[in-house]
Amino acid sequence: MLTAADLAPRRSRRTVTNTAMTVLMALSVVAILVPLAAVLYTVVSKGASQLSPDFLTKDIPIVTRQKGPGIGPAIIGTVLITTVAAVMAVPVGILAAIYLNEYSAGSRLGKIVRFMATVMTGVPSVVMGLFVYVLYTLRFKQNAFGGSLALAFLMLPIIIRSTEEMLKLVPNNLREASAALGARRSRTILTVSLPAALPGVVSGCLLAIARAAGETAPILFVVGATNTVNANMFNGVNTALSAQIFTNAQQPFAGAQARAWGAAFTLLSLAFLVTLAARLITARFALKR
Amino acid sequence: MTGSTAPPAPFTGRVGRADAAFRYATIAAGLVVLVVLGAIAVTTVRRALPAFDLMGFRFLTSSRWDPNADQFGAKAFLYGSLVASAIALVIAVPVSIGIALFTTQVVPARWRRPIIYTVDLLAVVPSVVFGLWGILVFAKVVPGFYDNIASAVHPIPGLRSLFGSSHGRSYMTAGVILAVMITPIITSLAREVIDTCSPSDREGAYALGATRWEMICGVVLPHAKNGLVGAVMLGLGRAMGETIAVALVIGSANNISANLFASGDALPARIANEWGEAEGNWRAALIGLAVTLFAVTILVNLLAAFIVNRSTAKSQGAR
Repeated sequence: MLTAADLAPRRSRRTVTNTAMTVLMALSVVAILVPLAAVLYTVVSKGASQLSPDFLTKDIPIVTRQKGPGIGPAIIGTVLITTVAAVMAVPVGILAAIYLNEYSAGSRLGKIVRFMATVMTGVPSVVMGLFVYVLYTLRFKQNAFGGSLALAFLMLPIIIRSTEEMLKLVPNNLREASAALGARRSRTILTVSLPAALPGVVSGCLLAIARAAGETAPILFVVGATNTVNANMFNGVNTALSAQIFTNAQQPFAGAQARAWGAAFTLLSLAFLVTLAARLITARFALKR
Repeated sequence: MTGSTAPPAPFTGRVGRADAAFRYATIAAGLVVLVVLGAIAVTTVRRALPAFDLMGFRFLTSSRWDPNADQFGAKAFLYGSLVASAIALVIAVPVSIGIALFTTQVVPARWRRPIIYTVDLLAVVPSVVFGLWGILVFAKVVPGFYDNIASAVHPIPGLRSLFGSSHGRSYMTAGVILAVMITPIITSLAREVIDTCSPSDREGAYALGATRWEMICGVVLPHAKNGLVGAVMLGLGRAMGETIAVALVIGSANNISANLFASGDALPARIANEWGEAEGNWRAALIGLAVTLFAVTILVNLLAAFIVNRSTAKSQGAR
């Protein structure tokens, strides 16, 4: 005879396993939030207190053990190097993506370029740094432009891939409508396809820029280091926030370490701001899958 | 037949030329990728030749790295790169797949985005910031843990050699930091392949009375297997190429040890740490390390791309 106990859900081995695995999956999210929180907490708690107008604008002290005053040249260096890199990489990346999505349909060259762009995203930044050293720095000495070249090469494949993804989302009947009105191919691309995909493209480029701004190894090899502002891209060594963090992190002195934390906070804030802008653009304007 | 079936005449004159010019510009931009990759291979190999000539195969098989004596054996750095990346994968793979499954299969849709965005924040943190945190915070906290583990496993013969004495900067420290850095990449790729699993297959498993975990084991994981392997390979490529964070926390010791808590060095870290003072053959040897690294990462990435391509072709074919 059936009793109420028979009908009540039983905790069999299967449901226990299921619950246990669900808990493990939730724990894996916690496992990654712990280091994220730890890193952010330390950078903010040790770095934010360093921030002051002097810190952001004054020259880097020549004696590393000295406290303060600033990392101004590194901020200017980072902005300068990354901007010039973006100016070079963004147009080339977008054009290449246009080739892949609008012209290359089925062609062998298109497939090879797409595949190689994927491979190129995997080239380590240290290899890119030495490549630019061999290609450029041996002839033109260490300067900011070499750093821009290296960062541009690192950004390029990311921009190509994300732009192509966005162009893929543009509905084909827009292109057909444009062609039916008699527009030539390039005009259709520049005035119909690209504008439709633009928010997503901009967002992808911003993410690539945020990643590139934090690259360190190429800066060490091809840009060098300096303590004062150098606004000339093509003449003389320069510096960047990432390189300052790297060198100061290895110093045993409190002053140097404090500067490293301050620089890390500044760099992280810049990267987060750019990423946030990208996210907002995506959420607000971009074509959705 | 009266209606003309000929394709529309191409634009001619100035307009046609502009159209063609734009097309060629896009092709040229695409070729930049091939040119750069080719140029990396050719120029760096040429600059590394003096070191390769000097050392021959011993460049990879010798562990004696002594720039003053013109001896450049990279075995210890290869070993360090492999060990640190292996540790990173052992930690990051289950965590990443766990997160990917949790966001796609467990939580309600409105929770997905916040979790994904938070995990993706990790990808925004520059590697040098992880390195700074690793060397000044993490490496100072961990020796205590390491010593506890070492004394706990001391009676067990096999584990004793793996977990020995330590100061904070070690293969293990580098591996843990790398794990944190590659988790967002593996997670997002894993999420993509898992998302391609068709809802009707999943509902079928539920209809047969499967619990969620049985559905995941029976439907989602077999479906996503190849894609997941590809995602892990891409994570491995990232981990091997990661430079600055590893350079700060692995300990920079030319050392081969089974003890995971011992200091060692990795290929990219050695380049970053020695480049400033290197000259002549030393510099060539460091470029040689970069060539080795380039070859290894390209190989890993090619393999990953190949596996992913095959798996997406398959899953699209099944639809």
